[in-house]
Amino acid sequence: MKSSRWLVPFAKVSSRSGAIFGIASFVIPVLVWCIVSYVPFVWHPLMLVEEPGGVPYFKTGALVEKTVFAAENQKMQAAGQSLATGTPANPVFLPAPHEVALSLYKGFTTPPRRKGDPWLHESLWHSIQIIFWGFLWSSLIGVPLGILCGVFDVFSKLTEPVVDFTRYMPAPAFGALAVAILGIYDAPKIAIIFIGTFFQQVLVIANTTRKLDTSLIEAAQTLGARRPQLLFRVVLPGVSVDLFNDMRILLGWAWTYLIVAEYIGASSGITYFINQQAKYRIYDNVFAAIILIGIIGFTTDRILAWLGGQFFPWQKTSKPGLLSRLFKPRQLA
Amino acid sequence: MTLPDYRTQSPEVAARFARIRERPVIMEVRELTKCFGSNTPLNRISLDVRRREFLCVLGASGCGKSTLIRILAGLETPTSGEILLDGVPVSGPGPDRGMVFQGYTLFPWLTVKKNVMFGLRMSGKTQFDSESEAREWISMVGLSKFENSYPHELSGGMKQRVAIARALANRPRILLMDEPFGALDAQTRAQMQAYLLDIWKNVDVTILFITHDLDEAVYLSDKILVLGTNPSRVAEIIENPVPRPRTREQFVSPEFLATYNRISELIHPRSSTPVERLPISRLTMVGDDVE
Repeated sequence: MKSSRWLVPFAKVSSRSGAIFGIASFVIPVLVWCIVSYVPFVWHPLMLVEEPGGVPYFKTGALVEKTVFAAENQKMQAAGQSLATGTPANPVFLPAPHEVALSLYKGFTTPPRRKGDPWLHESLWHSIQIIFWGFLWSSLIGVPLGILCGVFDVFSKLTEPVVDFTRYMPAPAFGALAVAILGIYDAPKIAIIFIGTFFQQVLVIANTTRKLDTSLIEAAQTLGARRPQLLFRVVLPGVSVDLFNDMRILLGWAWTYLIVAEYIGASSGITYFINQQAKYRIYDNVFAAIILIGIIGFTTDRILAWLGGQFFPWQKTSKPGLLSRLFKPRQLA
Repeated sequence: MTLPDYRTQSPEVAARFARIRERPVIMEVRELTKCFGSNTPLNRISLDVRRREFLCVLGASGCGKSTLIRILAGLETPTSGEILLDGVPVSGPGPDRGMVFQGYTLFPWLTVKKNVMFGLRMSGKTQFDSESEAREWISMVGLSKFENSYPHELSGGMKQRVAIARALANRPRILLMDEPFGALDAQTRAQMQAYLLDIWKNVDVTILFITHDLDEAVYLSDKILVLGTNPSRVAEIIENPVPRPRTREQFVSPEFLATYNRISELIHPRSSTPVERLPISRLTMVGDDVE
């Protein structure tokens, strides 16, 4: 049996099955969501009132607990009044997939409910900018510092203990301080992303740099490389692939600080959007916004993975990429 | 069969050694000692290597072979003693002592050509000059077709050929080789040994070659330095009586076997290693069909 081989420890599934499983990993949760949403007896703890009948406080379109609905109808029956009618429904915070899909689309086409509120895409764009600047500032300092720590023990001894200490402080703890220093707009938010990313970044990059095969350094030395050449011609290219992959993971890390960062000072970006929609009880939009964050993060990561294959054609896994073929024409033997 | 004494040299071999003795000393090692705490992996090692000589350093594992070659390459510092290259003391690594490592140390991000060009570029040669020089070295090791391949696309033997070309491109005074074929399968290793002899014949280079493989040492070398353990020291420097050019048929020649036996004695002295039998008892039923 083929399927029995799936459960052999550490054995790889075929690339075809792998692709199917990859799709299934998305399809299965969506399917569960569909079942909960569209099959009435699975959950549906509420009744959506269609006709209030004689019940004085029922309104068309209101959601009522099933037990309350039944109890009220019993009273009405006893009193000889007309009964309320309704259909089973899920709570308002669990919209059905099609409703979310629709609001995903409508989010970009319908103007915000209140004048002056940002559109969905404006909120998103604002959030992306916060992430971009936070991550850029963090990387501008963190990557060189991490590499220095990895290469020179003196840098490592001088910075890593305090970085290690600071990284245990939750980034949001600096929120009040950031607002006091940087005001209430974007600056403190960027600062939170920076704090959340930077300290991890230094340690991760330093570790990656340390993992470079020392025999490559030794080989370069016996070939006459001097110190600056060792750093720029051996260490940097040697760690570039792992460094790039670290940056992908760290970018994901930066995203996880986004919502907290945007709560600080004047709420803004996608967080503000989500909160506003939740206040209006338009949970379709809340879901749509959350899913959008996922889509953006996932797509960015896929694009970066693809770019990685283009930038580093010497990796075992990648074929010579389109970009590298464009910039460095390879003569094929 | 009675073997000749390993010190008996045919007139041609004797004449060759006489010629070698007249050549200048390239590398001279004086009283080299390395201590790690109470451990002394190298104790007062002295040797010289003359121009175009092929010296094999042989020893049981743990006798400090690798430490020795790493010190010679300048990758580790000796506790005492000195290394002279053309009569001048050296310390620290440099392009005058090329090195081929046991593991594959090609730069994975550079193509074969760029790998071979690396040392030339470090020495300040222009891109153009180093490229044409690199091409020549690559064609010498027979890999012209692969000059634009990345290391991961090559087999182990090909990688070591590139590593040799890369080290030789710098025109080192001496080529240090640290068990360079140790990771290769037997057939590839035999082929690489033949290649190396060919290269050595055509390139003016002195080679110091570390190995633990007795056949390899006798097949390749002019002289064999046997390192003894406990205490670590130079057990003997043997002048290899096997005539050149070498062929694999010589593996069963009397000179070869005599030399082999002598090295074997030095590395595993008969008295100190009584053959220890494992206490094997029959744990399973054994049929009569197995001898």
